[in-house]
Amino acid sequence: MTDEPRPGQPPPAPEPKPAAPAKPPVVLPDPVFNTANGRLLFAEDRLWPNRVWKGMFSLPRYRNGALMLAGIIVAGTAFVAAVGELDSRVRPVFNWLSAQAAALSLPALLFPAAWIVVKVLAITGVIVAAPIFLVWWERKISAHMQSRFGPMVTGGFHGWLQTVADGIKLFLKENITPVTADRWVHLLGPIVALGPVFLAFAPVCFGRELAAADLDIGVVYIFAMTGVSVLGIMMAGWGSGNKYSLLGGLRAAAQLVSYEIPRAFSVIPVIMLAGSLNLTKIVAAQSGWWFDGIPVLPRWFIFYPVVGQLSFLIFLITSVAETNRTPFDIPEAESELVSGFHTEYSGLKFSFFFLAEYAYMTLGCCLMAAFFLGGGAAPWPFLSFIPSWAWFTVKVLGLVFCFMWFRWTFPRFRVDRLMDFNWKFLLPWSFANIAIAGLYVML
Amino acid sequence: MTPAPLRTDQLFVNLGPQHPSTHGVLRVGLTLEGEVIMRAEPDIGYLHRGTEKLSEIRGWNQLVALSDRWDYCNAMGNNLAYCLAAEKLLTVEVPERAQHLRAVMCELNRIASHLIFFGTFGIDIGAFTPFLHAFREREMLLDLFESCTGARLTYNYIRIGGVMRDLPKGWPDLCREFLEFFKPRLQEYDTLLSFNPIFLDRTKTVGHISRESALNWGVSGPNLRASGVKADVRKLDPYCLYAKYDFEIPVGKTGCCWDRYYCRMLEIKESVRIVEQALGLLADGPVMAKGVAKILKPAPGESYGHVEAARGDLGVHLISDGNTAPYRLHVRAPSFMNLQILQELLVGQRMSDVIAILGSIDIVLGEVDR
Repeated sequence: MTDEPRPGQPPPAPEPKPAAPAKPPVVLPDPVFNTANGRLLFAEDRLWPNRVWKGMFSLPRYRNGALMLAGIIVAGTAFVAAVGELDSRVRPVFNWLSAQAAALSLPALLFPAAWIVVKVLAITGVIVAAPIFLVWWERKISAHMQSRFGPMVTGGFHGWLQTVADGIKLFLKENITPVTADRWVHLLGPIVALGPVFLAFAPVCFGRELAAADLDIGVVYIFAMTGVSVLGIMMAGWGSGNKYSLLGGLRAAAQLVSYEIPRAFSVIPVIMLAGSLNLTKIVAAQSGWWFDGIPVLPRWFIFYPVVGQLSFLIFLITSVAETNRTPFDIPEAESELVSGFHTEYSGLKFSFFFLAEYAYMTLGCCLMAAFFLGGGAAPWPFLSFIPSWAWFTVKVLGLVFCFMWFRWTFPRFRVDRLMDFNWKFLLPWSFANIAIAGLYVML
Repeated sequence: MTPAPLRTDQLFVNLGPQHPSTHGVLRVGLTLEGEVIMRAEPDIGYLHRGTEKLSEIRGWNQLVALSDRWDYCNAMGNNLAYCLAAEKLLTVEVPERAQHLRAVMCELNRIASHLIFFGTFGIDIGAFTPFLHAFREREMLLDLFESCTGARLTYNYIRIGGVMRDLPKGWPDLCREFLEFFKPRLQEYDTLLSFNPIFLDRTKTVGHISRESALNWGVSGPNLRASGVKADVRKLDPYCLYAKYDFEIPVGKTGCCWDRYYCRMLEIKESVRIVEQALGLLADGPVMAKGVAKILKPAPGESYGHVEAARGDLGVHLISDGNTAPYRLHVRAPSFMNLQILQELLVGQRMSDVIAILGSIDIVLGEVDR
């Protein structure tokens, strides 16, 4: 009890603490000047492009990137060569399955029908998987053309899961039908736009023996199917009950229908030279080499003097126009018509249009690869260890890159000039081209 | 019996105020016949903030900050126009170094503003990539502004009697570094957009403003010069020390959209020249006039100051009744004047050309509505 200090008495003086070392005065950085060293603040904090551009390849991250890219190419080539031709892998499975079906004495039509379902699923897989990759690729390409990075976070490596995340988002979004819209037309528009793409892919030959349906009228069939999609876009424009959509739909009708014509005519020389409408036979007609069989320049249709290049160019231009991409994105002209025919669409219905655009782009590039670039053929014999489906994919991706390149560097055409370009330039030249091809066939 | 005439309806389309290409909140009521425009009525006022009225209760020094908000893409020009008018009223002599600094900042800001024009015009025409290229360079300019003024958009840098503060150490070198980087980019823009055949096709044929019509409607700035009138306040009524700098006034020929576009691109080159000269002429000295009070009370009177802002002849009319705030402030906003010609220009054009013409006139709604 004696230890407690009595009230009124001062408490015993505490032990004197050792003197704390003098703290350096806190210097708050001036927002403008870095007072510590008298230099500009941002000079160290921010990276100006001129400083990056000076020593681009001396920077370790660029060097690492180049090495990584080379590694990916080498590993991919090795993997693809190890897999080999797909038909040789699938045929044993098919034979075994058909033997089983015969042993079980199933009804005669059941097994072929089941096999068709397998093919349909495979094509659906291609159509759905291609846009997932292409959208990501397009975002990366556009970003690098615009000195940006594009998606970098989702999925870790350079945002490779971005499109999947976007797809989930679109799937979960609310489907809005405007009050003024014609409900059924509004609903059916995207379905009619997307549906024919699946059908149009049927005769496409993805490599050796890799066509779902080896149609003898393949070319005509594809053009017929792609023609139906215009209807879906018009329905979307009309059924949305929006003036901008209506204008977009009108423009789409005019543009797509007109560009169908030179597009079809530009393929006629190919058909004349190949002597068939079957895509597999068109590809087969391009085997061999120019200059007496010396393997330097393959006998692809694009290398036929004049006629090949002309029809390739016309087909390329009209394919861009058919997919509504810049410089022909007039139906959806973002800065004029907000988004044209798909202004009023959201969620899954919007993603249908999105999917259709990319699927048509893939289809167009597949056709170009088959018509003009020899399908799955290797350009030189020493590269033929890479299987045909891989060559086909590489060619398609190269052409898709051209599409994206156009889109991110060109401005948009004007409506009337677009029509002039089609009727006064493309169409006469495609006629002339047919005449030249006629000369070839006669000689 | 003659068949009944085909009944066609005209379509009324509201372009804006929430449209991606009206550069803010402009509404244009368009009457369409198919894709052809029969009547166009610009409707403004969606961004009205009442800065002119507000000026009557704010102190003279505070108005610089308000002036930033008129044409927010070219805040330095606004500051300068107001300060010139106020300095006439107060009879303040601005030191030479401050004059040069004002010119440097105004020209850099003109470049930044024209870069926005270049980018957004590209988007209007449908080319997306030029926009990001332009903003890459503008970002560097904003870094320069930030390091000097502390702000990236509304600088409040030019003050009555001089400028806010002197340049930070090393700033002129950094600025020259930027200019050296920037000059080759201009050629890049030309290859990317200016001489693209599709771009030429879309812009050379539409939106012609004749010399007479431009003068009658009171158009100014690059829009007027594109029509062939060699009018530039920097030459006609030189302020700061523009008489000392050697620069050209680019003039267009036909007054089409492309001329208006290319006039601006050439102006950027001239601005680069002016900045280089002004940086070379910078001598040590004060940047603020002596004896400018915190609370100003100019003698009763009127004054008018005008500058060549990025969008044209920007004038400020001040009336003082000897009080701590102006009796009246009026802004002659170039965007407002330039916008008026739209109703005449658009008739007979196509829907897609509306955007091209509107983009080429280059309005800033903050300045139109104030």
